[in-house]
Amino acid sequence: MSTSTETIEQLATREYKYGFVTDVETETIPKGLSEDVVRLISEKKGEPEWLLEWRLKAYRLWLTMKEPTWQNVKYEPINYQDIVYYSAPKKKKVLNSLDELDPEVKRTFDKLGIPIEEQKLLSGVAVDAVFDSVSVATTFRAKLAEQGIIFMSFSDAVHEHPDLVKQYLGSVVPYTDNFFAALNSAVFSDGSFVYIPKGVRCPMELSTYFRINAKDTGQFERTLIIAEPGSFVSYLEGCTAPMRDENQLHAAVVELVAHDDATIKYSTIQNWYPGDKDGKGGIYNFVTKRGLCQGRGSKITWTQVETGSAITWKYPSCILQGDNSIGEFYSVATTNNWQQADTGTKMIHVGKNTRSTIVSKGISAGHGQNTYRGQVRVGKNATNARNYSQCDSLLIGDKCGAHTFPYLEIRNTTAKVEHEASTSKIGEDQIFYCRQRGLTSEDAVNIIVSGFCREVFRELPMEFAVEAQKLLSVSLEGSVG
Amino acid sequence: MLEIKNLQVAVEGNLILKGVDLHVKPGEVHAIMGPNGSGKSTLARALSGHPQYEVTGGEARFEGRDLLDMDPDERAREGVFMAFQYPVEIAGVNNGYFLKAALNAKRKHFGQPELDAMEFMQLIREKAKVLQIDQSMLSRSVNEGFSGGEKKRNEIFQMALLEPKLAILDETDSGLDIDALRVVSDGVNGMRNPGRAFVVVTHYQRLLDYIVPDYVHVLSAGRIVKSGGKELAHELEKKGYGWLEAGTQPVGA
Ligand SMILES: Nc1ncnc2c1ncn2[C@@H]1O[C@H](COP(=O)(O)OP(=O)(O)O)[C@@H](O)[C@H]1O
Ligand SMILES: [Mg+2]
Repeated sequence: MSTSTETIEQLATREYKYGFVTDVETETIPKGLSEDVVRLISEKKGEPEWLLEWRLKAYRLWLTMKEPTWQNVKYEPINYQDIVYYSAPKKKKVLNSLDELDPEVKRTFDKLGIPIEEQKLLSGVAVDAVFDSVSVATTFRAKLAEQGIIFMSFSDAVHEHPDLVKQYLGSVVPYTDNFFAALNSAVFSDGSFVYIPKGVRCPMELSTYFRINAKDTGQFERTLIIAEPGSFVSYLEGCTAPMRDENQLHAAVVELVAHDDATIKYSTIQNWYPGDKDGKGGIYNFVTKRGLCQGRGSKITWTQVETGSAITWKYPSCILQGDNSIGEFYSVATTNNWQQADTGTKMIHVGKNTRSTIVSKGISAGHGQNTYRGQVRVGKNATNARNYSQCDSLLIGDKCGAHTFPYLEIRNTTAKVEHEASTSKIGEDQIFYCRQRGLTSEDAVNIIVSGFCREVFRELPMEFAVEAQKLLSVSLEGSVG
Repeated sequence: MLEIKNLQVAVEGNLILKGVDLHVKPGEVHAIMGPNGSGKSTLARALSGHPQYEVTGGEARFEGRDLLDMDPDERAREGVFMAFQYPVEIAGVNNGYFLKAALNAKRKHFGQPELDAMEFMQLIREKAKVLQIDQSMLSRSVNEGFSGGEKKRNEIFQMALLEPKLAILDETDSGLDIDALRVVSDGVNGMRNPGRAFVVVTHYQRLLDYIVPDYVHVLSAGRIVKSGGKELAHELEKKGYGWLEAGTQPVGA
C-alpha cells in the first residue's frame, strides 16, 4: 500500500524521446569566436557587405559587454571559446528539391514527426526546418508566394529580399540590446523570415522546427516576422536536441513587427533537451524575443509552452506603440528534476488605449526552480492603458521552488493595472480524489496540471494543443510516484 | 463482498479505528452511524486507500481479495466507490472530461473498448436525467464553485456512471435540502440490486428514511459499539448517542 511519502515527490527517471543523434556529414568550423569567425560565417552564407559590417559591430560591442547575472538561475560560467559557431549538413550548392536533402537529415525530421515533404503534410502547416546552423527545407513556399507571402529561411531572405531584411533587422531587438542579443547578431547562422503583405490572412500555420544535432555547437537563429496593415499570421516554433552530457548554448533572437490592424500570433513549444535526472547536460536557452505593435489596432500574442532546456531565460515582450494596440503573453513553464526557468514578459505601453494581458503558469517538480519575471511599463502618453496579469504557480513535491517578480512602472495616472498571483501545491487530496475514480497517479497529475494550464493551452493552434499537452505529461513523468 | 476484521487505522500516528469488524454481503445496505469524530470518515477513507490513513492492524477483503494490498486506483477500478464527505475541487478540469477519463480507465481495466465522445454523451444524458443534473454542470470545472448540494449530487452522479460493486457514501446527506435529499436517495435506491452493496455513513437518521438500510452500526471512539436492524436508527434518533459511548461492550455485526 502506498504511504503519503511515496505518493508525492518520488522522482524517477524520465524519458526524453528526442535525444537521438543523427549521423550526417557536416561542415563544421573549429571551436572559438573571433572577428575571423564572424567573417567566415558571413562568407559561407555569401552575405552582402552591409550585413557583415552589422555583424562586426555587434561582435565588437559584445566584447565589451558582461554576461547578465540578475536572473534567478545558477550555472557554471560559459566558455565562449569552447563553442562551435557554425555547423551545417553538407549539401550541394543549391537545394532545388527535397530529393537533394541528405536522407539522414530527412529521416531525422521524420523521426521527430515533422513533415518536411509537402505531400505528407496533412493539416495545412507550412514548415521551415532548421538543422544545426542552417535551414534545410521550407515547405509550401511556392503556394504561399501566390498570395505574396514570404516564408523562407533567413539566409534566403538576405539574398532574395535584402531591402526588407535591411529595413527590419535589428529594428525591434537592436544588437545593443543585451549580451546574448549582441552575440546572436554577430554569429547568427539562420532562422526563418516571414512577410505577410497588406490585407492578407495567411491561409496556413507557419512553423519552424529547430533541431540541434552537432556536438559542442551553439545554435544562434534569428526569426523576423513582418505583418503589413490588416494582415494576420499564426506562427509556431518547436525545438529538440540530442541528449548530451555537456551543456549546449542556444541564443536566439526573434523580432516581430505588426503594422496597423495586423495580428501576429507567435507560439512556441520548447522542448530542448533538459538534462538528465541528476542535472547533467541540457540546453541553455537564452533567448530574446520582442514584438513591436507599431500600428494602430495591431496585436501580438505570445504563447509559449516551455518544457525543455536545463536553463530557460526568456521574456517575449511587446512594445505597444500604436494606439489601441494589444499585447498578450500566455505561458506555461515546467521545471522538473534540476531544470531552472526564469521567464516572463515585458509589456511596454506607449500608445493610447493600449491593452495587455499576461497569464503565466509555472509548474515546478523535483528540484526545479521556476521564476516568473514580468514588467508592465506605462509611459507618460499612454492614456487609458490597461493591463491584467495573472501568475499562478503549481508545486509538485517540496524540493522545488516558485518565485514571482512583477515590476510595475506607471507614468500615467489613467492607467489601470491589475495583478493576481497564486501559489498552490498539487494536493494529495486532489490526486487521491482522481485515483478514487480509477485514474492512476500519473494520469491524475496530468489531469490536474492540464487543468491548471487550460487558459494557456486554449491559445495554442488546435494542431499543437494536443502535442503540448502530451509534452507536458512527458516532462512531468516521474514527478509523482 | 466486504469482510473487515479487527481493522485498526492510524492518522498521523494517532490510532483512530481501534478494531472494526464488518461483513457486507452483495445486495445489502449497511448504515454506519455515530457522533462526530468517531471515525466514520476514517473507515471510509481507509477502505478506499487514502495515503494518510495507515492501517496498523486487522484486515479487509473485497470479493475475497486483500483490499489493503491494492492501490487506491485499482480498488476503484475493481468497483469500490467512495462518495466524498468533502468532494475535492480541480480547477480548469472539465467535469465531463474527468468523468469520461474515469469511466474509460475502468473500462480499459476490464478490457472493454473505451467509449467515444458520442456514446459517452448519450450515457451521461441518461444518468443526468435521473439525478436531475443540469447539463451545464458537466462543462464546469470539477466541483469548482459548486454549491454544497451540487457537489454531493455530482458524487452520486459519478457513482451512477461508474456503477461500482461497493459504494461507500460518506455523509452524502449533509448539505442537502429535502428535495435534493430525495433526488439523491432515489438515485441510490434505483441502483440497489442483488449484486451491489452500499455502506452509508451518516450522522443523522434522516437519510435512512429514504435509503432504508438492512443493518445499522454505531461507531463510537473507533469501535462499533452496537449493531442492529433499521429500527436502531430510530432508537438513536430518540436517545442520542450518549448511552452508547465507548466503554460499552462492542457488539459485532
Ligand atoms: N486527516 C486527518 N488528520 C488528522 N486527524 C484526523 C484526520 N482525519 C481524521 N482525523 C481524526 O480522526 C478522528 C475521527 O475523524 P473522522 O473519521 O473524520 O470522524 P467522523 O467522520 O466520524 O466525524 C477525529 O479525531 C479526527 O480529528
Ligand atoms: Mg466524517
